[in-house]
Amino acid sequence: MASSTADSPAGLSLEPQSRRVGEKAIVAWLFLAALAAVLITIAIVVALLEPAAEFFRFVSVTEFFSTARWTPTQADPEFGVLRLLAGTGAAVLYSCIIALPAGLGAAIYMNEYASFRVRQVLKPLLEILEGIPTVVYGFFAVAFVAPLMKDNWWTWLPGQLGEEPGTQFILAAGVVLGIMIIPTVASVSQDAMAAIPRGLREAAYGLGSTRMQVATRVVVPGALSGIVASFVLGLSRAIGETIVVLLAAGAMANLSILPNDPVFTMTAFIGRTSTGEIAYGTTTYYSIFAVGALLFVVTLVVNLISIALVRKFREVYE
Amino acid sequence: MSHQSVRTRTAVQAVRDSSLRLEKRGVDVAGELFRAVLLLCIVLGVLMLATLLAYVTWRGWPRLDLNLFTQMPSSIDLTTAGFLPAIVGTIWIMLGVLVTVVPLGVSAALYLEEYADTERWWNRAIEVFIQNLAAVPSIVFGILGLAFIVRAPLALGPVAFAGSLTLTMLVLPTVIIASREAIRAVPSTLRQASMALGASKWQTVWRQVIPGAVPGILTGTILSMSRAIGETAPLLLVGATTFVQFLPEGPLEGRYTAIPVQIFQWVVRPQEEFRVLAAAGCLVLVVLLLLMNSVAIWLRARFSRES
Repeated sequence: MASSTADSPAGLSLEPQSRRVGEKAIVAWLFLAALAAVLITIAIVVALLEPAAEFFRFVSVTEFFSTARWTPTQADPEFGVLRLLAGTGAAVLYSCIIALPAGLGAAIYMNEYASFRVRQVLKPLLEILEGIPTVVYGFFAVAFVAPLMKDNWWTWLPGQLGEEPGTQFILAAGVVLGIMIIPTVASVSQDAMAAIPRGLREAAYGLGSTRMQVATRVVVPGALSGIVASFVLGLSRAIGETIVVLLAAGAMANLSILPNDPVFTMTAFIGRTSTGEIAYGTTTYYSIFAVGALLFVVTLVVNLISIALVRKFREVYE
Repeated sequence: MSHQSVRTRTAVQAVRDSSLRLEKRGVDVAGELFRAVLLLCIVLGVLMLATLLAYVTWRGWPRLDLNLFTQMPSSIDLTTAGFLPAIVGTIWIMLGVLVTVVPLGVSAALYLEEYADTERWWNRAIEVFIQNLAAVPSIVFGILGLAFIVRAPLALGPVAFAGSLTLTMLVLPTVIIASREAIRAVPSTLRQASMALGASKWQTVWRQVIPGAVPGILTGTILSMSRAIGETAPLLLVGATTFVQFLPEGPLEGRYTAIPVQIFQWVVRPQEEFRVLAAAGCLVLVVLLLLMNSVAIWLRARFSRES
């Protein structure tokens, strides 16, 4: 095509005057910058896998997943990572019991009930809640929430449930973790609800539906995949959160989901062990990376599910 | 006539009855209950925010004095201890993040919005990688920083700039996503007009698109900075040390600490005085964040009004 314009009767060339080498170099740099996300991900995998492989020379993979105890610092160390996984699971469970319903409820209220003015106030408030640093939440958990719960524990509960907890226990960490992820769940859910076409809502009102019926039978089912994605995203944030569980959930690798027991989570183990005095090259040192690799895989799977769900819900109404 | 009036009366009565029924249907008990539950959900969040702020203010108030900002941390005299090294460390770290993340993030966003062909699989793959990176736990970035930045191949050692680079990787997706939105909001007619006047693609991007997207990019940058400033977990791994009684010499030499790390170290100590110090530190951090966020919100509001 370029040659045909050059040969055109007017003799006009639409080719650039110079070959624009500089412009090509700029595009190459921009592409490299975009590629940084890929490179960082690869670097993460390498940084985790290399020392993790070293770890698995000392402890076999089956041992890692089948041993019942997690005692890396003792004289005869045992590395049963299921204890840490269970600890993460317990903390995440309590946080989700709070954050998922509350986040969804807040999203429905903001999208379907709140007036424009109320929304103008609520949205920045939730953004502030989302922006508060984890170390502040951790302080709040350990200095305010935990003592408050400990002093007012439901001691009339039967059996172990009625025992007063120590200074660190699952429920304190779970509740604060839950509050922390409410804004994430609420804002992603609300985005999904806002994508429901007005016409659907108005049709439902026209047929005589009440507000509640519109919310529960039109908006929520229509935004379901986005809502599920928000749940998954909240879950992944709770799994990966370090400081709150490090401060409030304790450091005992218990196999328990009782709210008054302390547990040790994957992130808390990494945080605690890497800040302590750990000799470089020991099995315990390498175990940080093995646990980190497991954490990365768990959140990767959760994130990919969430990304796929968001894609799906976008396709429905666009 | 009386005949008619009886009929009319009956009709009026019927209408009244039915409207009465309609009104009764209007009081929807389940609906009101549902609304109350929803309101409770949102009040829970707001109430917790209020409790947190009130508690931190109440606990930290006695130590919110000048010493906090001008003194070194101490384990002996807690009534005059401060966290000056942490403040200086945070300033160094944030400067490092700013000069690395903005060029990288904006360039990546420009590529994805202006140059990338979304039909190509590699461009779609890049987007998935960015989305995934945004949700990688922050402590994993700490491990990466420890393995590649503090130790070989970069081998910077535990210095402030190692912390900066770690946080840069952490907030890069946020900056990219925000910059992309800002770039997308620049009207395409501007681009077409520029191209029609004979500007090259890059000239168009440099002189039209980037200036138009600056407010949005700025907002995204401030928000990502406010996320980076409060991050604790990754810095614990890349050598923000626990107890620094001197000022860091610069971004590339000397040990350092940061405000959230210093707070963390105060929180783990059980003594009452440390708790008060931690609360005062939290208060400073929260106020700093509120300031940054309100600037971002103000910028966004101004920006959206203009366009």
